Formats: sequence, structure tokens, C-alpha cells
Amino acid sequence: MSKAPKLTIKNLHASVDGKEILKGVNLEVKGGEVHAIMGPNGTGKSTLASALMGHPRYEVTQGEVTLDGENLLEMEVDERARAGLFLAMQYPAEVSGVTNSDFLRSSINAKRGEGNEISLMKFIRELDKKMELLEMDEKFATRYLNEGFSGGEKKRNEILQMMMLQPRIAIMDEIDSGLDIDALKVVAKGVNSMLSDELGVLMITHYQRLLNYIKPDYVHVFMQGRIVKSGGPELAERLEAEGYDWVKEELGIEDETVGQKA
Amino acid sequence: MSVETCVLFDESVVKGIAAKTQEPAWMLNARLEAFKDVPKLPLPKLERTNIDRWNFTDFTPFTEEAAIGSLTELPEDVQEFIFDKEQAHVMVQKNGSVIFRRLGDDLAEQGVLFTDLASAARENEALVKKFFMTDGIKRDEHRLSALHAALNSGGVFLYVPRNVEVKVPIQGLFWLAGEKAAMMPHIIIVAEANSRIDFVANFIARPGDEAAFNNSAIEVFVSDGARVRVATVSSLGKETVDVIYRRSLVSRDGQLEWIVADLSEGRVISDNTTHLKGEGGMVNVKTVVLGTDEMRANVTSSIHHWGRHTASDINARSVMKGSATSILNSITKIEKGASKSDGQQSGKVLMLSPDARGDANPILLIDENDVTAGHAASVGRIDPTQLYYLMSRGISRREAEKLIIRGFLDAVVSQIPSESLQASIHRLIERKLQS
Ligand SMILES: Nc1ncnc2c1ncn2[C@@H]1O[C@H](COP(=O)(O)OP(=O)(O)OP(=O)(O)O)[C@@H](O)[C@H]1O
Ligand SMILES: [Mg+2]
Repeated sequence: MSKAPKLTIKNLHASVDGKEILKGVNLEVKGGEVHAIMGPNGTGKSTLASALMGHPRYEVTQGEVTLDGENLLEMEVDERARAGLFLAMQYPAEVSGVTNSDFLRSSINAKRGEGNEISLMKFIRELDKKMELLEMDEKFATRYLNEGFSGGEKKRNEILQMMMLQPRIAIMDEIDSGLDIDALKVVAKGVNSMLSDELGVLMITHYQRLLNYIKPDYVHVFMQGRIVKSGGPELAERLEAEGYDWVKEELGIEDETVGQKA
Repeated sequence: MSVETCVLFDESVVKGIAAKTQEPAWMLNARLEAFKDVPKLPLPKLERTNIDRWNFTDFTPFTEEAAIGSLTELPEDVQEFIFDKEQAHVMVQKNGSVIFRRLGDDLAEQGVLFTDLASAARENEALVKKFFMTDGIKRDEHRLSALHAALNSGGVFLYVPRNVEVKVPIQGLFWLAGEKAAMMPHIIIVAEANSRIDFVANFIARPGDEAAFNNSAIEVFVSDGARVRVATVSSLGKETVDVIYRRSLVSRDGQLEWIVADLSEGRVISDNTTHLKGEGGMVNVKTVVLGTDEMRANVTSSIHHWGRHTASDINARSVMKGSATSILNSITKIEKGASKSDGQQSGKVLMLSPDARGDANPILLIDENDVTAGHAASVGRIDPTQLYYLMSRGISRREAEKLIIRGFLDAVVSQIPSESLQASIHRLIERKLQS
């Protein structure tokens, strides 16, 4: 699996509880690329992330998604993860009674497979190193998974998982929300430390602020459940300065949310 | 059930037990009195569980078992429940008889007593007379307590003198072996003022020994400022009726912690009642019950606050699979005069299959104004959002479910005062969940 990863999304439609939210998403993310998705609230960005990861509530009704040529949509959630997909969630779940480190070790071993488990020493070494880089107190290793974590601590924990699991395609859903400026820098440092041709990144964000620290190659505007405009980093800067009205005007969109006709 | 079928043996059996144990005459008299009461007394009344058809009669009341010279003579899967085997202060009882006992010299020199009940009654009669079925469990509460009083054998008398702090847990292993076997140990723990003690009791049967009867009783006396922790783990067979009554009294500033793991597969009555008598007393009750197949369990934790500034916390959890059924009763009673007391409860049930049944039944009875109390109860299935989250990191559904269940039970299991015993319990749980 050393060749550069490639995620291809073609005409993806998805619904939740019978309501169509994604209405034809097209996108390709390759190793070495950083894509940013920006867009107003309620336009379907998190839905895209969830549908790609395989959240059971989201039903894909049309389109195809491949990771390195393999049909992603046919895989179970855990298979997608083992194939190299990672989603840093906007609202990660809390799991009582399962320590962060037990969880991480199970995840790593799930990927490595039976008979090839990581040694405890090596695991601890890796974990220590990454927690240090993310400036996380070591007590987070033995705390129950996300339980009672502050918003910012949860985000940092998502990035920690990403760094430990070494995915091929990483989707980050508002990893910057709720972070103070120092935390944002730390998280960005973590993400940047991973960037290489072996990793493709899809970042969902509302703010240019994040993009100052993690430089995108492509910026996409999401409205009405699909990508309506794409460009380079300058697009994000213009959105930050002027908002979304000009995009809507340019494209003749009145209501950008997904409730309306496309 | 008709009166005639309450007992399938006669008085001579009771006399036989007393003769074997060479206990003082007053004990035999108490047995005989209790035995007469058995048919007259009703079965215990349990909240929300009907036990009329449970089998409390078809068992061998007493079997004598040969003593062993070393723990290594026990089968591997029995030994597994004893931790720190080389140094352990431990008593092993098989059916009616204590077959092994060891108390380190260091503890003996400090005045700690750790013997079977009959030996204690011979050697320290006054002490046993004071605590044995007097202020804790009464002989005539119901048919099962009378049956226990008539037939108990083996048992434990654990006495910790004033100010003595015992650093390592004392262990009891109660092994129910063979078809229709019975064991009825009576366990008494007395912690004198400012002492400290942990006691771990395992009630086990080996796979294949399915039909049997456990009717045990544990009385715990926590004196002023003493700190006591008692963990019991039961894992008995599918046709077994597993009854344990626990009763404790906590004096001024005493602290008691109960950890109860009910992993038996048959019919379970697990009762735990604590009286917070003295000012500032505290009790913490943590229970888990795991049921598979046809298991039925009634787990009742009751706390009575009598003293001022007393505090209690009940944390009860249940995991039900197959067509198992459990009810978690949590009863907190704050009596008039127990001002500034605090009683908290939480009961949670996790159901793993459509035919499983489980309920949490919180009861707060408060006769005093100046107190705080609260309860939380939930009954549910594995949270799909948690499952999705774990799976999104590559963990298989099966493995993720295991982690979630383990986590759910960890609030209790992690409190057991031995990591190796915790590990054995986790293995046991995983084995049960797999089958
Ligand atoms: N489980 C659900 N049930 C009902 N509606 C849903 C569900 N999930 C998403 N939706 C709806 O789908 C739309 C898109 O939601 P989504 O979370 O994808 O938006 P978003 O672009 O990520 O917004 P934000 O920027 O606020 O995070 C919203 O109108 C939302 O209410
Ligand atoms: Mg979102």
C-alpha cells in the first residue's frame, strides 16, 4: 500500500430518515493534497463526512466512492477505517469505562491484525511521543474515552487518534471549532507533522484561521448538499472577508441549506 | 408450595452437622429451633420477582469433603480465583466443609482471627455469640434464613482488632461441587474501631456442575472509624439457585464498600442491606449482574440511614443477554433524625438481545427534611453512536461491543481489590458473552 492514496467521490447522494441531504457530490482527494470544504451551517458538510465513514443513519442512495480503487460504499465502517480512512468527528462520542489508551491499542491492533499486535512498550513510546507533541497531559491516556473531556480536549484527542492510526485519507470535521488560539496552533502542528504524499486531507471548516496554519491546496464551497464552487486558497480568503452572499448571487442560489430544491 | 415439601430431610441431618463441627451446644439448639421454623415461615418477599417455583428443596444438605494440604491440589480453574497464591490469607470451602485455611503469622500475631465459624465458636465463644445472627441477619426473617440457620456449615469468622490495618485482602473461596450439592457458609466480619480490612469472597462451581444450591449469609460489623471493603463474586451453574444475604452495620465514621458481581447462570437472589447507625458513617454499594440464557436475578441493595451525616451511594449495573431477566432494586431509606444525610443511587441496565428483560427500580424513602438524595435509572441497548465511533477506528463490531460492555461493567469490576481477580472476572464475562 505504498502508492499514493486516492479517494474518489462521484455524484454522491445520501439521505437521513428519508430526507435527501447530499445531492451529487463530486470530489477527488489524492495523497499529498489538502482540500478545504467551507460552507454555511446546515448545508451537508458533516453529512458528507458521515456518509463517507459509513454512519448507520445515513443512507447512500446514488453515486460511488472508491478508495484506492476499492468500492468504499460496500465496506463496513471498520473496514473503511482499516482501508485507511479516518474521520476526526465534529462531535465525538463518549464511551465510559473504556480508557483512551485501551481504545487506541485496540484500534491499532485491529488494523495490524491478529498475530501482528503492537508491543506494549512500543505502543507506550509512540503514545507518549504524540501526546507530548499535542501538549496533552499524560492523564488523558488513562481517562475514559472522551468522557468529561472539554470541547477542545476532544478535538485534540481526535488528532491524537489520527496520528496514532496513520490513515491514508483523513477527514477533519471542524477540528478548529472550540479551540483557543494556542490549541489551534498545537493541533495544526500535529496535522502538519503528518502531511506527506502518503496522506490526503479533507478539512471541513468555517474559518480561514485554520487555513493559516494548515495550508490548503484546494478550497471548495458547499451549499445545498453539494460542492458549488472550487478554487485555490484565495477563495477561502475572499469568503472570510465577504461571506457567502457573492457566491450565492453568482450562482443564483437563494436558500443555501439542503431543505430546498437544488 | 405446600408446607410438606419445604424440607426433604429430618432433624438428624441438623444434629449430624453439629456433631461433625463440634460446635457448642447453644449453636445446635439455635439450629434445631430454626429447623422447626422452616416450614412455618414464608419465602422472602422480593420486589418484582416471583420465586415461588424456584427450587429451594432438592439438594444434599451436607457433604463432608477431605481437607487439602496445598492450594495446588485444587483444579486449575478453581485455583484461578485465588490471587497471590503463595502468600494468600485464604480459606477454601467445598460444599459443607472448609478444606483449606491459611493465615499469615504476621496477621495472627496482631490478633487477627480467621477461622471457620465452629472453630471460632469453640475458641472465642463470647465473640461469636455476640455477632452470629443477632443484630444482623435474624434466624426467623423468612424460610431461607431459617434454612441457613439450621444447616450452615464451614463459614468464616474474621475478626480485626482495634487499630489493626490489614494491608492485603483476605480471601474466601466457596466451591460448590457436584450435582445437587449445597453450601451454606455463614461469614462474619468484625472490624473493630479504626481497623482496616478487605475481604474477597468467590462463590464458584466448575462447568458441568449445574444443579446445586447456595444459601450463604454475610454479616459485616464496621466499628467506629473502621474501613472495610467486601467483594463477592458469584459464578454458579445454570440450574443452581444462588442466594446470598448480606447484612452490615456501620458505626460512627465507619466506611464500608460493597462490590458485588453476580455472574451466576441460574436463579439469583442477591440481597445487600446496610444500616448506617452511627453519625458520619458511609457505605458504597457497587453491583453488577450479568445474565445469559434463562438466568433470573433479583438484586436488591438497601440502605437505612439512622445516624446524622451519613452518606450512601448505590451503583447497580446489569447486562442481560439471551432471555435473561434481572431486576435491580435500590432502596434508600433515610430515617427521621438522620439529618444532613445524603443518599444517591444509580441503576443502569444494558440489554443485548430482544428477549432479554431488565429493569431498574429505584426507591427513595425519606422521613427527614434536612437531607439530600438523588437517583438515576436507565434501561437501554448498546448505543449505536458509540459503536459507530469505535468501529470508525477500525475495531470490528464484535470487538467494539465487547469494549462497550466491558466499559459498562468496569465501574464495578475495576473496584475489586486485585488486578488478577479483575482479569479472571473479565475473562469469565467474555466467555459468558460469547456462548
Ligand atoms: N440525523 C438527522 N436527522 C435529521 N436531519 C438531519 C440529520 N443529520 C443531518 N440532518 C440535517 O441535514 C442538514 C445538513 O446537516 P449537516 O450536519 O451535514 O450540516 P453541516 O453543513 O455540517 O452544518 P454545520 O456547519 O452547522 O456543522 C441539516 O439541515 C441537518 O438538520
Ligand atoms: Mg457539521
